[in-house]
Amino acid sequence: MKKVKIFITLKEGVLDPQGKAVQEALQANGFPDVAETRVGKYIEMTLPDEADVALEVQRMCDKLLANPVMEEYSYTVEEGIRS
Amino acid sequence: MKFAVIVFPGSNCDRDMYHAVKDGLGEEVDLVWYENANLADYDAILLPGGFSYGDYLRSGAIASVSNVLNQIKLKAEAGTPVLGVCNGFQILLETGLLPGAMLRNEKLKFMCHYETLVVERDDTMFTSGYEKGQQIQIPIAHGEGNYYCDDATLEELKQNNQIVFTYKNNPNGSRFDIAGIVNKAGNVLGMMPHPERAVEDLLGSSDGLAMFQSVLQHWREMYVTTS
Repeated sequence: MKKVKIFITLKEGVLDPQGKAVQEALQANGFPDVAETRVGKYIEMTLPDEADVALEVQRMCDKLLANPVMEEYSYTVEEGIRS
Repeated sequence: MKFAVIVFPGSNCDRDMYHAVKDGLGEEVDLVWYENANLADYDAILLPGGFSYGDYLRSGAIASVSNVLNQIKLKAEAGTPVLGVCNGFQILLETGLLPGAMLRNEKLKFMCHYETLVVERDDTMFTSGYEKGQQIQIPIAHGEGNYYCDDATLEELKQNNQIVFTYKNNPNGSRFDIAGIVNKAGNVLGMMPHPERAVEDLLGSSDGLAMFQSVLQHWREMYVTTS
């Protein structure tokens, strides 16, 4: 199996009120240098070894997992995972 | 005229919408469960507010890929009025029937109170009962109603005259104070405020009733011939 880890964040330039609140809380709690905090989503899944991961993940993200109007995504693949 | 209120797991304003049509407007209306729905006989589709699928992933995202949305897209293409309120608006954005997306409210708070809306268009099938520039009192109830679109899309919305309602005092950070937009054809309206909760003076405002009356009047003009 292949293990796929997908990371979804708001696009650069899109206001992230959650990231801003988290950053302000961090700054108020002894981390004054924290900057550009963004809160995103992490999704993991397995796909069969024969899957065309690049194509499948792209289709899944475009159709459902990410909203291209405001979000962007990246992913990593680990091959040869035993079930 | 026959209305369908589409009910998803997690919808919670479906009964308000039903009540607005049945008792406020006095027309036929069914609550239609999203699975195995047959929308062929309905003259208007209402997507109610709530938290379909618990707002999992993104508000409206999972409902937007359910089968019933394929039928709604076909109805929309055929010119049937489709009104999405709150979560219904979020679903319309997620399906791409309307442009843009919803972010968390600027101040991260869930807000539930009356807002003053400015009617920007009185020439749509949803708003002919209002006057352009009229200010109406309609309640909002949302945590993710911060309308977002890029500059090009905003320009397009303005060019095509698609902005139907704006907030007088923007409560959530929405771009250009946008509270409601229509598609280019003018038969799909999405809005965050709840007109279905404002159909009786007894409950605070009846300013939402004219929206349902407008849809009915449009339908009568289109389909009812009088001799």
